[in-house]
Parts: sequence; C-alpha cells; structure tokens
Amino acid sequence: MDSDLNLKATELRLGLPGTIDAISPPKNSKRSSPDSDSATPPPKAQIVGWPPVRSYRKNNLAEAESGSFVKVSMDGAPYLRKIDLKVYNGYVELLEGLEKMFKLTIGEYSEREGYKGSEYAPAYEDKDGDLMLVGDVPWEMFKSSCKRLRIMKASDARGLGCAV
Amino acid sequence: MAYSFPEEVLEHVFSFLSSDRDRNAVSLVCKSWYDIERWCRRRIFVGNCYAVSPEMVIRRFPELRAVEMKGKPHFADFNLVPEGWGAYAYPWIAAMAEAYPFLEEIKLKRMVVTDDTLELISKSCKNFKLLVLTSCEGFTTDGLASIAANCRHLRELDLRESEVEELSGHWLSHFPDSCTSLVSLNISCLGSEVSFSILERLVARSPNLRTLRLNRAVPLERLANLIRRAPQLVELGTGAYSAEIRSDTFSNLADAFSACKQLKALSGFWDVVPSYLPAMYSVCSGITSLNLSYAAIPSTDLVKLISQCQNLQRLWVMDYIEDSGLDVLAASCKDLQELRVFPSDPFGAEPNVSLTEQGLVSVSEGCPKLESVLYFCRQMSNAALIAIAKNRPNFIRFRLCIIDPQAPDYLTLEPLDAGFGAIVEKCKELRRLSMTGLLTDRVFKYIGSHAKKLEMLSIAFAGDSDLGLHHVLSGCDSLRKLEIRDCPFGDKALLANAAKLETMRSLWMSSCSVSFGACKLLAQKMPRLNVEVIDERGPPDSRPESCSVERVYVYRTVASRQRLDMPDFVWTLDEDSSLRYS
Repeated sequence: MDSDLNLKATELRLGLPGTIDAISPPKNSKRSSPDSDSATPPPKAQIVGWPPVRSYRKNNLAEAESGSFVKVSMDGAPYLRKIDLKVYNGYVELLEGLEKMFKLTIGEYSEREGYKGSEYAPAYEDKDGDLMLVGDVPWEMFKSSCKRLRIMKASDARGLGCAV
Repeated sequence: MAYSFPEEVLEHVFSFLSSDRDRNAVSLVCKSWYDIERWCRRRIFVGNCYAVSPEMVIRRFPELRAVEMKGKPHFADFNLVPEGWGAYAYPWIAAMAEAYPFLEEIKLKRMVVTDDTLELISKSCKNFKLLVLTSCEGFTTDGLASIAANCRHLRELDLRESEVEELSGHWLSHFPDSCTSLVSLNISCLGSEVSFSILERLVARSPNLRTLRLNRAVPLERLANLIRRAPQLVELGTGAYSAEIRSDTFSNLADAFSACKQLKALSGFWDVVPSYLPAMYSVCSGITSLNLSYAAIPSTDLVKLISQCQNLQRLWVMDYIEDSGLDVLAASCKDLQELRVFPSDPFGAEPNVSLTEQGLVSVSEGCPKLESVLYFCRQMSNAALIAIAKNRPNFIRFRLCIIDPQAPDYLTLEPLDAGFGAIVEKCKELRRLSMTGLLTDRVFKYIGSHAKKLEMLSIAFAGDSDLGLHHVLSGCDSLRKLEIRDCPFGDKALLANAAKLETMRSLWMSSCSVSFGACKLLAQKMPRLNVEVIDERGPPDSRPESCSVERVYVYRTVASRQRLDMPDFVWTLDEDSSLRYS
C-alpha cells in the first residue's frame, strides 16, 4: 500500500529531500539500549563515564546550576527546609510558597513599613552575610544574592522593617 | 676496564644527567657504572606503583631525595575503575620514610593517600620540601594540618584536583609563624572556606611565593589584599570572580594587579562577573597561560580578555567561547601552543552553544605553534580533520571528544576513519591521541601504519573486530599506554600480541569482548605481566571461560603478581596459574 501511494515522498520531514536520517543505534554498546526500531538517540545518561568529563568539573557545573536552592529556617521550627528560587517568578509567588510550606501568614510588603501587621517577616542572608528584608531589591537581584532565607518573628524584625 | 675514572669523577659526570632515560642507559654500561649511578640517583619516577615494589626501589637506590609516582589507570578519572581497586600510597611512604630520612619531594597522581600517610611524611622527613597530590583522595584537612605544622622547610603544597574531606578550614593556621619558605600553594580543589586573615598573613610572610592558587570560597573582595602582599607572583588562581559592581572594589583590584609585573599564569575564575575582567588588563600582555575553564560567560566577554593576551601559549576555556571566539583567538594569539575546550553542558541532548568543528579548524589555521589540543564538540567531519591535519602537522597531543561517541561525519554520514587517518599520517610527532566518533577497523590500520611515535592511545565505542586491536598492537612501535572501552576487541588480537604488552606500561580494556579464558592464557604465557580481571559480578570461574570479563587491566611488573591489597572484585593468576584473589 505504502509503495503505491508513495507516502514517503509527501511526508513532512526536516532535512533536504533525498537525505536519510541517521538513526543507527550504538553498534557495540554493551548497555541496555533501546530496541533498534527506535529513532531516539542512545540514552547517553546511562553510559558510565561518558562524556569523559572529570567529576570535579561536573560538580562545578552542577553547582552553578543548582545554586538556586536555598535553606529556609523559621524561628522556633525544629528543622530547616530547602526551596528552589528558580521555581518562583516573583516575590508574590515566593511568599505564597513560604506561607504554604510553614503554614503561616506573612502578609503584604510595603517599602515604608515592611511586613507590618503580620506575625512573621521574611528575611534573607545575602552574599555579604548581612540579614536583609525580603522585597527591597528587584527580584532578579534578590535571586542572585540570596544565600539563605529566614522567617523571623515580626517582633524580632522591627529594625528590619524600617525604611531609611 | 683497567683505567677508568675514579668513582667521584664518574659521580660528578652523572650529576649532569637529569633524564631518567639517560641514567637508565648509563646503568647498563657495566657493573661499576650501575653501582656508581644507583648510589647517586636522587630522583625517581614510577609510572605504575604496582610495576615494582618499595623494597626493590629502596634496595637499588639508597639515596633518593625525590619520588614521583602514579597509581590508578587514567580511566579512573571517569569512574571506570571501581572504588577500592588499590593504589594506596601508605606502603610506599612507610617504606620510604624509614629508608630516606632526607626525602624532600613526593609527587603522587591518582593514588589513595590517607591522613596517616601525610602525618608520616611530615614527621619522618625533616627536610621535606615539596608535596604535589594530583587527583588523589583519601585524606582530610587533618592530614594537611600535619604537613603544615611539621614541615619546617615546606616550599610547595599543591593539591591539584584532589578530593579532600574538609573537616575544618583551620588547617592553614597550622603553618607556624616561622614558616616563610613557601614558594607554591595550590588549594583550588577545596570547597570550604579557609580563614582569610590566616591566608593573608601566610602570604605576607612568604617572600618567595611564586604560585598561589586560591579556592572558590575566596571572594573577589579579598583578592586585592592577597595580591598586594605578593606582587612577585608568577602564577595566580583567583577564587570566585564575582562581587557587587562597585568602583572601589574594581580600582582596588586593578591597582593590585598592576603591581604584579611577573604574572604569567592565571586560573580560577569561578562565577565570573564580566565587568571585573578589565581589572586584569594591565597584566594580560605578559600572560602565557590562561585557565578560564570554569568561567561561564559569553563569548564576547571571553574574547575581550583573550585578545588582550597576545603572548598566550596555553588556553583552557569552556565551549562558551564558540566558533566566533576561536576565530578571534586564531587571529590574536600567534604563540598558542595548547588549547583545551571543555563542554559547558556535557549531558544536554542539544547543543547550547555555537561551537563546532569550525572553531578547531580556525585555530589550527591561525596558530602555527599549536601542538596540543583537547576539544569537546558535538559534530565533526572528515573534511575538517583532514584540513586540521594539513594545517598543523606539528601536533603532539590530539584529543577529540564528540559528545555522541559514535557520531559519524555529519556531512557525509561516513565513519571518521579518513579524518583521523589524516591526523596520524600528517602529524609524525604525535605522542598522544584520543578518538571518538563512528570509527571502523580501517582507522586502526592507519594508526598502525603511521603512528610510529604514538605513546598513548584512548579508544571508545570504535572498531569492528579484533583486527582493529591487532593493527594497533602490531604497528605502534612507541606505544606505552593503551586504554579501550566499549569496543568489540577480544582474545585473538590480545593473545597474538602478548609479547608487545611487556613493552608497554599498561593496557586497559573495559566492556570489550575479552574472555576470562584468554586472560588466564595471557597470564600463563607472560609471567612478567600482571593480568588483573576486574569484575564486580563475582568470581570469573563461576561463569563459563568464554564469558567476557567486565574489565581487564594488564601491566608489566617486576614485583610479585600477587599484590596484597586486592579488593574482592579483582582476580589475578597465581604462580601455578590458579585463580587467586585476596
């Protein structure tokens, strides 16, 4: 049937007409490779030690990428949590996420008054080790300078909430 | 000979011989020369710690001052050697600490070094000066503390890419205030912070410090102060090269750099903020070695820096440089001898940067002195390799890694045999070659015919049959190290070329088709080869002899073939050819 209709000629494909896709699975691989009908490339992730990149180099790359995970502590809680800042698009989402994670309300940010009116104030430790109030700087700047988050009791955060 | 020179004269003459080859040759002239030479040899290099025993070394060379040794095979770098295989430094150090109280230098590569080992060195060798640990593991910062505390005349402490268990950053404070002899300190592999004030004071009291390689945890704000205390530095490795953009930080850094008139090599550059790169411009014209292989910055920023470094001889960089950046490199750095391009996203399915074979072609065209290359890319063609070979017949080291290990010529879909064939044919001085891509037995025929100076060959996912291996073993006259993974090479070629293996340091084969029976035969045939079957599936004799082994590591040795430290997944043959394991 196929050859009569010559479906191949009218098939939508990427590439120049007349070229054949190179879909040969690994010839001599001793790994569990996908069956030879499959057009997917060999599962590189399964090959031990390939590509030949040394682990300290791999670790360095990994560090650069997973640098968005930060620890979150809450005053009074027995253990810390970790969140991935990359997941959030802005402060609103972040605060909502924190509220859900720790079952509390943080309330709304205002430049002048911080998080006045709520029981908790979110603070963070920046690259210099200083404790800062969440929300003062643009989101992107916050993401790159935030090393760890701390949810403080509002009573302790009084000093942080005051604008200069 | 009745009228030979007095011993002292011969000794003096021999003292001008520094190369091991020359000294070995001299030892073969006659018995008395052998004897004189062995008493005055001060430096020794042991390429495989299992090729000889500590006792044999000590017996022959009673007055050594410097020892350099290598342990695990190269493929251990890529996790192909199971944990616990061996290469323990302790037995060597224990024997040498006793025999050589005046030992000054120890250099170890890919060995397991424990804190006890380090403590032993520090306490036994009163004149200890130099410790270089390349890709070693097994020690903690406590071991470093012993070295710092006890080695009063320490000149070099170099922890190249070793894995250190970091218990505390305070080890650095164990350097006594009286220690002013440091010439080289490399702690770039350490992850955690060391005390900055201790570091600064150490640097300040080391007037001979030539090499300082910091770790990532040293922030950019601290760099200026450190450099200021050591304007005589020749090699500097920065820490994280990022900080908030502040003009005072910048000018501080720029001033500090401008005082360094001797700086030749730069490395480090984690987390680069490009705006701070111009702070280094004042030193760029003197820079001959630049390691930007951790700098995740776009090509334009890389290029701005590199084009300042007209005297560059060695460049390590990530593929962020892209073809366009390599074009600029080719145009600006005519003294370039070595280029390494590392992958920024080795496990990604799709290319994340525009780096192709073209970049390498440009550099081979533009840089007449280029002789050493390590290049990771995602596509290659025979045409490109042929062009590269034509451009650069002076290659000594050529290592190409295509991310897809069996990628064909992307233009013609043919194997890359012709391309690599051109490399070995044109580059007559080639000493080291690593190949990837779709390769048939034909490429090995070319290698066997042409690569007469080749000393080290790395092969992965290549070849069709034993013929491939046979070509290499029978043709490559200078071969010393051969490492093979995932190739259909097996018994026939191995057994037919058994004698060849004794002329080499070692052969590694993993995930190939070498049967246990062949390993036994080889070991029986060649009593001076140690044939290690490394197999984590249990005893090889619990399976048919025709079964392929997971890995086999063959090396020549004059020591006993039964090393006492074999783990339970390593088997060798006993004197009576029975299977033996620890």
